[in-house]
Amino acid sequence: MNRTAIGVVAAGVFLAGCASSTSSSSSALQPGSTGVLTGSTVVFAAASLKPTFTELAKQFEAAHPGVKVVLSFGGSDTLAAQIKQGAPVDVFAAANNTTMQTVVSSDDAKSPVNFAKNVLEIAVAPGNPNGIKTLADVAKPGLKLALCAKTVPCGSAAQKAFAAAGIDAKPVTYEQDVTSVLTKVELGEADAGLVYRTDVKAAAGKVVGVDFAEADKAVNTYPIAQVGTGKNPNAGKAFEAFVLSPSGQAVLHAAGFEPDA
Amino acid sequence: MTLLEQKPLPAKTSRPPYVLFVLAALGIAFLVLPLVGLLARAPWRSAPSLLGRADVTTALRLSLETATISTAFALVLGVPIAWCLARTRLPARSLLRALCALPLVLPPVAGGIALLLAYGRRGVVGEWLLRAFGVSLPFTTAGVVVAETFVAMPFLIVAVEGALRALDVRYDAAAASLGASRWFTFRHVTLPLVAPGVAAGAVLCWARALGEFGATITFAGSYPGTTQTMPLQVYLALQDDPQAAIVLSLLLLAVSIAVLVGLRDRWWSR
Repeated sequence: MNRTAIGVVAAGVFLAGCASSTSSSSSALQPGSTGVLTGSTVVFAAASLKPTFTELAKQFEAAHPGVKVVLSFGGSDTLAAQIKQGAPVDVFAAANNTTMQTVVSSDDAKSPVNFAKNVLEIAVAPGNPNGIKTLADVAKPGLKLALCAKTVPCGSAAQKAFAAAGIDAKPVTYEQDVTSVLTKVELGEADAGLVYRTDVKAAAGKVVGVDFAEADKAVNTYPIAQVGTGKNPNAGKAFEAFVLSPSGQAVLHAAGFEPDA
Repeated sequence: MTLLEQKPLPAKTSRPPYVLFVLAALGIAFLVLPLVGLLARAPWRSAPSLLGRADVTTALRLSLETATISTAFALVLGVPIAWCLARTRLPARSLLRALCALPLVLPPVAGGIALLLAYGRRGVVGEWLLRAFGVSLPFTTAGVVVAETFVAMPFLIVAVEGALRALDVRYDAAAASLGASRWFTFRHVTLPLVAPGVAAGAVLCWARALGEFGATITFAGSYPGTTQTMPLQVYLALQDDPQAAIVLSLLLLAVSIAVLVGLRDRWWSR
């Protein structure tokens, strides 16, 4: 799954590189953010933001007809690594602050702002055939549990939840991003998986979510920041402002995200 | 089999095609520079301690074991397939050949999804496997072998079929005229004659299995010691420990070079 993701990212970066050579000259003629926005702006966002950011980009493009938002989704760590390698990105939205900090400390981004919170749920097949009610139930022997790799935000959140509950979970697999965990549950290969509430909502009935008490101990906060490697900072700034605006927050809320309060 | 004599090119041509040299040089630079980058940026000092780490040796052992078992399966199943394609008049032989070569061109991740739908717990065959034998392949080392065999076996089939087609059928005819059965002929005449082709195919197949990523992570998942092979570990290491990813890539590069050295009679000396 991630190879394709890399391909998509590479294609996005390539297209952005081609497009920005024209857009940077036009934005240079219009300093400040008051001018009409043009060109394309590249947004890297965590895999769990895919449905919401696709919608946000559509609304943003409708409000700014001259701008094209080039979106690229993947595991937050993969995206951060690509930014540190110089991928031309205007805005980065990560699934946790640790990942964002790695980009801040490499001087590729500054002053990130938290824009949403997401809670873990246990995703199970419709009808919950294994009768899972608590986090302890997913650690039962014989039950196939899928988790995110510990290096990805959804994986570190899962580890925190298990640590808070004092449970020694024995997953059958550590997937490289949250959507891969969801796929394994949707296909019925895994009996349960720890994913975000928003993923369960986006799966629209193909899986159902079970809330658990320890989820409060592992809430993921999503920060967004402008990235210095990009070619269209004005449009990037406007997109970030749109995500933080009431209409942007409404899209996030509808998808199951909670406001960062 | 064509028996056209290859004539040496005439010594004097009107003008050397410089454009070909320039393009070839560019192409070679393009292919070689990434390897130079890997060597230039490798953290040589920390490499030995990294390679000795338990998780690295575990992933390496798993990779070597699964690639070898996959190659064994590919030999047992692939050589007969190649023989059927090269030596029989099966109906729809071209279609069969295309089907056998499909994993060569199919994106491995798509192959992994196809494997899940066939041999997964809810798959067409997998559901029956689970009910009849209690066997579930995803998330097991056996699942890794299945994924690697699926992706790598076509390399062996193509190589062996090529060798069989290049072989003069009159050897078989001579054996048959002396009273040998087809099975006896296959074992004592055909197989020894195409042995170099089988060996080359097996090495290619093994190398492809060793590097398998997409189908493995999709079908078998990723768990240290069970399904997390070297390529999967390289990918994971890239997320939080890029230096380790470079060293692990170097290790895979070393194995690839060893494979090329193993094939030198076939590729280098021509």
